Amino acid sequence: MLRASRASSSAHRAAARRCFATVQDAPPVKRYGGLRDQDRIFTNAYCRHDHGIKGAKSRGDWHRTKDILLKGDSWIIQTIKDSGLRGRGGAGFPSGLKWSFMNKPNWQADKRPRYLVVNADEGEPGTCKDREIMRGDPHKLIEGCLVAGRGMNATAAYIYIRGEFYLEAQRVEQAIAEAYASGFLGKNACGSGFDFDVYVHRGAGAYICGEETALIESIEGKQGKPRLKPPFPADVGLFGCPSTVANVETVAVAPTICRRGAPWFAGFGRERNQGTKLFCISGHVNNPCVVEEEMSIPLKDLIEKHCGGVIGGWDNLLGIIPGGSSVPVLPIKQCGEVLMDYDSLKDAQSGLGTGAVIVMNKSTDIVAAIARFAKFYKHESCGQCTPCREGTTWMMNMMNRLTEGRGHLREIDMLLEITKQIEGRTICALGDAAAWPIQGLMRHFRPEVERRVTEFRSLNGPVMFGGKLLSEVEDATLALPDNLGGNLVEGGDRLVEAPNPHA
Amino acid sequence: MLAATRAAARARKLPISARALSSSSKRQSDALFVHRDTDYNNSKIPFAFTEENMKKAKEVISHYPPQYKKAAIIPLLDLGQRQNKGWTSISVMNYVAQLVEVPPMRVYEVATFYTMFNREPIGQNFVQVCTTTPCMLRGAYEILDTVKSHLGGIKVGDTTKDGKFTLVEVECLGACSSAPMMAVNDDFYEDLTPETTRKVLDVFKSGSKPKVGPQAGRHTVENSAGLTSLTSKPYGPGEHCTPEFQ
Repeated sequence: MLRASRASSSAHRAAARRCFATVQDAPPVKRYGGLRDQDRIFTNAYCRHDHGIKGAKSRGDWHRTKDILLKGDSWIIQTIKDSGLRGRGGAGFPSGLKWSFMNKPNWQADKRPRYLVVNADEGEPGTCKDREIMRGDPHKLIEGCLVAGRGMNATAAYIYIRGEFYLEAQRVEQAIAEAYASGFLGKNACGSGFDFDVYVHRGAGAYICGEETALIESIEGKQGKPRLKPPFPADVGLFGCPSTVANVETVAVAPTICRRGAPWFAGFGRERNQGTKLFCISGHVNNPCVVEEEMSIPLKDLIEKHCGGVIGGWDNLLGIIPGGSSVPVLPIKQCGEVLMDYDSLKDAQSGLGTGAVIVMNKSTDIVAAIARFAKFYKHESCGQCTPCREGTTWMMNMMNRLTEGRGHLREIDMLLEITKQIEGRTICALGDAAAWPIQGLMRHFRPEVERRVTEFRSLNGPVMFGGKLLSEVEDATLALPDNLGGNLVEGGDRLVEAPNPHA
Repeated sequence: MLAATRAAARARKLPISARALSSSSKRQSDALFVHRDTDYNNSKIPFAFTEENMKKAKEVISHYPPQYKKAAIIPLLDLGQRQNKGWTSISVMNYVAQLVEVPPMRVYEVATFYTMFNREPIGQNFVQVCTTTPCMLRGAYEILDTVKSHLGGIKVGDTTKDGKFTLVEVECLGACSSAPMMAVNDDFYEDLTPETTRKVLDVFKSGSKPKVGPQAGRHTVENSAGLTSLTSKPYGPGEHCTPEFQ
């Protein structure tokens, strides 16, 4: 061993003439963003052109769809795999892989019908991208259903549109009727010998129906309560048949990827985060909008370039929620650094979600904003799993108190513990989604919450567990739940003598 | 000092240890989950689809496999609600149950789960103001207050005396980039300010329908200061495609 080290030291001496280590083959630094119009898929996102079949055909939809279908299922799935497309509904699962689960070995022996279910239950606060697809480019969605349906050998597609999107559902229904009339759907779709039907199913107002198994339950005419997995929908899904649930955007980009080639789509964005994406920016920006951009565009560029910047300038920024209500908030420092893709935001302990950017400037009451999300989740919890049903209510109550500061400092940790107890202990991800915004708030804005608690207590005296003031309690010695916690003294407390009738 | 309080309490003959059995507040929910028979909502009031709606209903049922007729419950309840002046009475539910051949309970379950089924009568115009965070950041509560005061000081959940408006507060309706917004019946009115909110409501009051969509001048959700994307003519069929698809 000694000899070995001596040998290596002589090797060092030999190399000593080299200057400081430099990496010669580092990848060139690439700036993402700046997508050109010719590379945008949703060319009618702003409804400036005809959304009917005539306009859609003039924009390249239904162009040689027959040839795509004749290429066969494995070609379509391989193209989607090569393109690097990941699900646009929030989870970011590789779409080609997901679709391939439908074509298990010997799937032809299974005589059950097979369904593609399109998730157009766009309910995530901040998200409004699928709406633009459905009202501007409905034919892209219908053609996407056909292509994706061919890829997974489905017999029919159900498009589940949230009930509130009445106009959008009408547009999609109109597009379906036009496609049937032109022979693009139905028996022998596009003359390819493949039979395929598309139906619209309108929901009736339940955020939880955006979860894939809840959505399936809802189409079956039941309450939208998520199912336990396994069995996964690819085995037992809609009506007990193999099904795949995919987001509108994922499905609608498929025909364009097939026509323009996987390398074209994979050329955008960073490795593993390829493609283009519709981003919807809302909140405190000068010109909120929905825009299709390259993946991995820096968050700051997205806001400065397409939304006219943050109201009051970038320095007036407080925080950004980069992917819809379910992902944790980012403070200004990270906002200037992150790229809008799955991996970069995951590294920042947040997530791309649906690409819904909610911008908050310094005029925002951040605690109230997150408390409003807590109320949202309390309202939308389906009530099936106890941690979520009860926990969302607790979290809402605690957040409402903390907005005012009516609580204990230690309650911040109690609240965090509740979020940890909900996260991962429910059937679906709504529990996680309800927990993450609060965790994000406490991760980055805990001093603000602490300040409120201390300030409230110094003004009003000690607070009981549950929010009552010590001075409001008639007899603090009675062992009632509401009477606990009054004796815990915390920093900044002004001591108030409790009224004690037994004294 | 405490002794003095106690003496005062005794002087007022207040039983010291008296307290309510339960100190938890009454459970507040958006709507009552139980049905109570009233003169306007009981199962003896007949309901049946009109001929036109029956045709639509048959079309809807045909979308699902024959053994899964119950999948049509949600669309049929929606159809029934539209025919029944915007609310789902117990008769509508019973009728749908009979139509899709399930026990009525299966339909009650669905009708109570989904927020878009109103189980109490509503006014002619159903005003739904979104107050979830993206709208809240842009002043949704101001819009809500404007609606309340402009409709004669009603509260959330109330119907105006003339029966023209019902106001509810809803969770995210999916128009966040054009917040704040409200939906009246089936249409979205976006980019609201208190002034435009009043204008929209006034048009409804006069019995007509205002322009749907953003109220601040832009067409849909483009950048209101001028387009930053999609400025050129959209490319046509086959353009930019791989050689085999040109």
